[in-house]
Amino acid sequence: MAEVKFEKVKKSFKDVMVIRELDLTIEDGEFFTFVGPSGCGKSTILNMVAGLEPLTGGRIYFDNILVNELSPKDRDVAMVFQTYALYPHMTVYENIAFPLKMKKLDAKIVDREVKRIVGILGLEEFQQRKPKELSGGQRQRVALGRAIIRKPKVFLMDEPLSNLDARLRIEMRAELKRIHQDLKITTIYVTHDQGEAMSLSDKIAVLLQGEIQQSGKPLDVYLKPANIFVGGFIGSPPMNFLTCSLQNLRPVEVNCNGLIFSPIMEDMPKKGVIMGIRPEDVSISVEPSGDSVEVSVSLVEPAGSFNWVDAQWGRVKIKGTAKVNEDLKAGSRAFMKFSVEKVTVFDAVSGKRL
Amino acid sequence: MTKRISFYLLLIIAILYCLCPLLWQFITSLKPDYELTRIPPILPEKPTVAHYISIFKGYPFSRIILNSTIVAASTTIFSLIVGSLCAFGLTKLKVRYKAIILGFVLSVSMFPPIATVSPLYIIIRSLGLRDTWWALIITYTTFSLPLSIWILTNFFKEIPDEIYLAARIDGCSPFQAFQKIILPLSGPGIFTTAILVFIFSWNEFLFALTFTSTPNSRTIPVAIALFQGIHEIPWGDIAAASVTVTVPLVILVFVFQRRIIEGLTAGAIKS
Repeated sequence: MAEVKFEKVKKSFKDVMVIRELDLTIEDGEFFTFVGPSGCGKSTILNMVAGLEPLTGGRIYFDNILVNELSPKDRDVAMVFQTYALYPHMTVYENIAFPLKMKKLDAKIVDREVKRIVGILGLEEFQQRKPKELSGGQRQRVALGRAIIRKPKVFLMDEPLSNLDARLRIEMRAELKRIHQDLKITTIYVTHDQGEAMSLSDKIAVLLQGEIQQSGKPLDVYLKPANIFVGGFIGSPPMNFLTCSLQNLRPVEVNCNGLIFSPIMEDMPKKGVIMGIRPEDVSISVEPSGDSVEVSVSLVEPAGSFNWVDAQWGRVKIKGTAKVNEDLKAGSRAFMKFSVEKVTVFDAVSGKRL
Repeated sequence: MTKRISFYLLLIIAILYCLCPLLWQFITSLKPDYELTRIPPILPEKPTVAHYISIFKGYPFSRIILNSTIVAASTTIFSLIVGSLCAFGLTKLKVRYKAIILGFVLSVSMFPPIATVSPLYIIIRSLGLRDTWWALIITYTTFSLPLSIWILTNFFKEIPDEIYLAARIDGCSPFQAFQKIILPLSGPGIFTTAILVFIFSWNEFLFALTFTSTPNSRTIPVAIALFQGIHEIPWGDIAAASVTVTVPLVILVFVFQRRIIEGLTAGAIKS
């Protein structure tokens, strides 16, 4: 177990800056996730921690020990790859035993440890099979087993679930969380799936073009996104963004599609603002109520206990939710409302939260 | 049905076309001397193994087969060792200008052997290696390396980088990863390369003719070419010798046929 510290870490490939300047501390035993769209540099960060990719600048420490110059095997990290990267010519048993064999441990200890890991992961009956005779989920388990058997300082996972089908993904997600709770090994996880990041992590960092947009507890990031990108990226379906003009500064009044709001802001906007409101905070109903506005329904997607509804409010498209018993159809008239406390306000120019 | 028949007919014609010279050679090797030049070359009334006996009695043919075997086997081993390490470096390690290096390697094999034979002869002579196995082993290794490197590079490329990286993280040095992971996964590629290099060394003529002068190091193709006597060309002996040395190759190829096909077509389809 170890604390991982990034100090002014930079990385470029030839002339392309991939990581601009990363300053971050991942605490001992934490489950930390880098989340971002593809090409944001998240896998590069993992490779730098693993020692597979040299740094262009800056330092990485494990528990205050500089690891920049250490080779992968001296860093004592374990990694799970998206493609599992099992050794095709070895059996499940040999795959899981491999890291310990490389440490030249006694055969008896290796055997005992492999038996234990195989037990934890429910792979007893597959020990003598080759990877190609396993299903995706089983391969994933073997890859996990090969990583956890070493009790590494840091556990690295590069989109480990993205090759699984939806159901298995949810199952393995819970399993990963359970394993982390049992072993309490510092884990750095990389994904483009914000849902996965939210549900697994103690802390997340949202990356865009090699820069951390925001880091913190998943719920904090969800409730108080630092900018428009984070607001739109975290949460599914994504936040609605409504462009508003500034009507009055003291007290603040913004005009959105003809409606006047006085949202709570910590900072003063310079020009216009953009209001972000999550679809789950927008309710759409057939019956008008107090301060609702009229909209026309363009799409209804049942989600089981409620329906997602796409609606047209004047020139603005907005997504909200409706109760299942509401009789809404594409083209029908409805009424929408949301509470102004749930609104996040961004500066229209800088995109930062106000 | 007619389609099937015409397909097989075509197949038989193609096979006969390819096999004809070999068959002719085989028939010749069984003919008594007075029938050698008879046309058409059909099986003689009284087949004889006299030529087969004669090549081992009249010439130091066992020694020559030994020379060829040692030269071809050593060349194969050296070419595989150097070639696989080189291909590993070019595919899995961080090496700059990989494409240029590969192009350069390939360009080496474009020199016609006749253009390099004189300088090589001078080098071999000044190293004191004339008429030794080493003269041929070193030369053949050099000339077969581009082939080995190219085939093996394509093979190692098929192995996902993640597998190599996983091995590194699991505690392997680059060389251990090569030895424990990459090599065992490349069996078909190694076999294909080995067979091709072996055949090349087994059949090579020009360098063997130039660098050897006695049966101590002379290889099969040269020995067969030098069979001719003063007054006549011993076609029967030549034929018998050719058949004798072709058989091991054919057996080798048949034994490893499956692996070779795997090797030659690997990467054609995504697995």
